[in-house]
Amino acid sequence: MNSAEPTCALEISHLRKSFGGLVATHDVSLTIRPGERRLIIGPNGAGKTTLFNQITGDLQSTAGQIRLFGVDVTHLTPYRRAHLGLARTYQIITLFDRDTLEHNVTLGLLGLRPSRWQMWRPLSYYGDLSTEARRILDAVGLLHLADSLVSDLAYGEKRRVELAMALAQKPRVLLLDEPLAGLSNAERATVKALIAAIPRETAVVMIEHDMDTALDLAETVTLLNYGRVIVDGERDAVVADPKTREVYLGV
Amino acid sequence: MKWIAAVLFAAMLVLLPSVAGDFYVNLASQILIAAIFALSLNLLVGFGGMTSLGHASFLGVAAYISALLTSRYGFAHGPAAIVSIAGTTAMAAVFGVIALRASGLGFLMITLALSQVLWGLAYRMSNVTNGDNGIAGLTRPMPFGISLDSAASFYWFALAVASVSFLMMTTFVSSAFGSSLKGVRDQPRRMAALGFNPWMIRWITFIYAGFWGGVSGLLYVYYNKYIHPTSLSTTSSAEALLGVIAGGSGTLSGPAVGAALVLLLKNYASAYVERWNMLLGLVFLFIVLVMPTGIVPGLSKLLNLRRGSR
Ligand SMILES: Nc1ncnc2c1ncn2[C@@H]1O[C@H](COP(=O)(O)OP(=O)(O)OP(=O)(O)O)[C@@H](O)[C@H]1O
Ligand SMILES: [Mg+2]
Repeated sequence: MNSAEPTCALEISHLRKSFGGLVATHDVSLTIRPGERRLIIGPNGAGKTTLFNQITGDLQSTAGQIRLFGVDVTHLTPYRRAHLGLARTYQIITLFDRDTLEHNVTLGLLGLRPSRWQMWRPLSYYGDLSTEARRILDAVGLLHLADSLVSDLAYGEKRRVELAMALAQKPRVLLLDEPLAGLSNAERATVKALIAAIPRETAVVMIEHDMDTALDLAETVTLLNYGRVIVDGERDAVVADPKTREVYLGV
Repeated sequence: MKWIAAVLFAAMLVLLPSVAGDFYVNLASQILIAAIFALSLNLLVGFGGMTSLGHASFLGVAAYISALLTSRYGFAHGPAAIVSIAGTTAMAAVFGVIALRASGLGFLMITLALSQVLWGLAYRMSNVTNGDNGIAGLTRPMPFGISLDSAASFYWFALAVASVSFLMMTTFVSSAFGSSLKGVRDQPRRMAALGFNPWMIRWITFIYAGFWGGVSGLLYVYYNKYIHPTSLSTTSSAEALLGVIAGGSGTLSGPAVGAALVLLLKNYASAYVERWNMLLGLVFLFIVLVMPTGIVPGLSKLLNLRRGSR
């Protein structure tokens, strides 16, 4: 490992994914600096989630390269990438329904610890896991539900558990896939504040359709359409770009 | 309350030979062996979401290795047991690599195919395994010089092994690793994104289940003093799977209850009904219809309901 801090947290070059005849991402190149706040926008089916799945390794890319802090992760399994500091949330909520909130967040903590292989001691032996999990639930305002089952939660609460699980990992790059989807106005404000409070050690890449809320959180914006990067740059420049209006207003 | 019940249950188990006749003590020994086997299968089916139809491979191979080593090659029981368990566990490691290339129905088919190969070998390699005649005239071990030839002494031996195995498998599923296993069963993609290695978790569990399957196989051959290819058959695997599902897969005591039920049905029903397999099928159909999650979860739900309504 080189001692110098890499200048890129995430470096994507010429990334492509095709599903049979359908090309979901097309020669996508992006760089994300450490600590950057990036918003990814684009119409439905633009390939945003597919791009996330390629970055995390859920999908193998058809072509191109992905580097995480200088390490080529293009062919690494998802769990190896997680250990390099990558975490994500899902557009379609993916939680452990039959378990408590505390257990869900605990899994987030356990995933990066060697103790996940421990077979001879009950999980409850690790008191620090429980303390830490509760601290994170407190941070997202769900401590009072720590012992409830995920299946008993309201939708907005589940969204926050998604976020809590990812935050538990203290990632260096965090991918948020529509963290505001389906939330009420009050919940939106809560989650927005949570995202704004993510420490600067973490680069945040967020897919979001709610531009009113999301633009406030972003420094840079990437617009995808039909799997291609249409506009990419500083927030205000992208918003002002005629091509953005074209895609969004169909002019 | 719970503790008192547990102590009473333990006392009942230990004291069984002083109140019951040899027939029942032997039946209890068989139930203990079947329970260890079912518990080990449940690690895969209930906690790992890996439905295997070839678990009898481990029971049968452990039994055959021990039988061959002691009867043909003059091994003492101690070393034979060690080689048998080590060999079975190693086989589980190899089988795991093959079977875990697939999941779901594919996994089930591969485990089935592998066990069919072993079953065929046991039949065909009659110069080694004695084929359809099986290997008879085997002996039981004498741990610390104590003979296990009486029904009671063997029962206590089996009870000791079963207790250890129950404890170790219970610890396994409630450990951090057990949480990883259940997580991989429920949301493999999410688990991988969190940093867990799903394949490795499943493989280690497969090996561990093979190990305890082997332990039950040793007890099986000690008890019967005889081994036949049917112990490797799909019917044996399927019976155990039925027991696990009927008792309640993914619970700790369910498989033991299910295994006991299968054995009791087999022993009693076969005396009165010729086609006892059909009866077994009907009983399980009834259970699955009335208590889809199995006897143990079904009964505890009933109890909770009654308590709640008071
Ligand atoms: N596993 C898959 N197999 C086949 N086609 C897929 C698969 N996943 C996505 N697609 C297709 O790829 C295209 C891009 O989908 P993707 O989910 O990445 O869009 P998106 O930008 O996230 O859209 P949304 O805003 O609706 O979430 C769509 O046409 C979709 O139907
Ligand atoms: Mg999407």
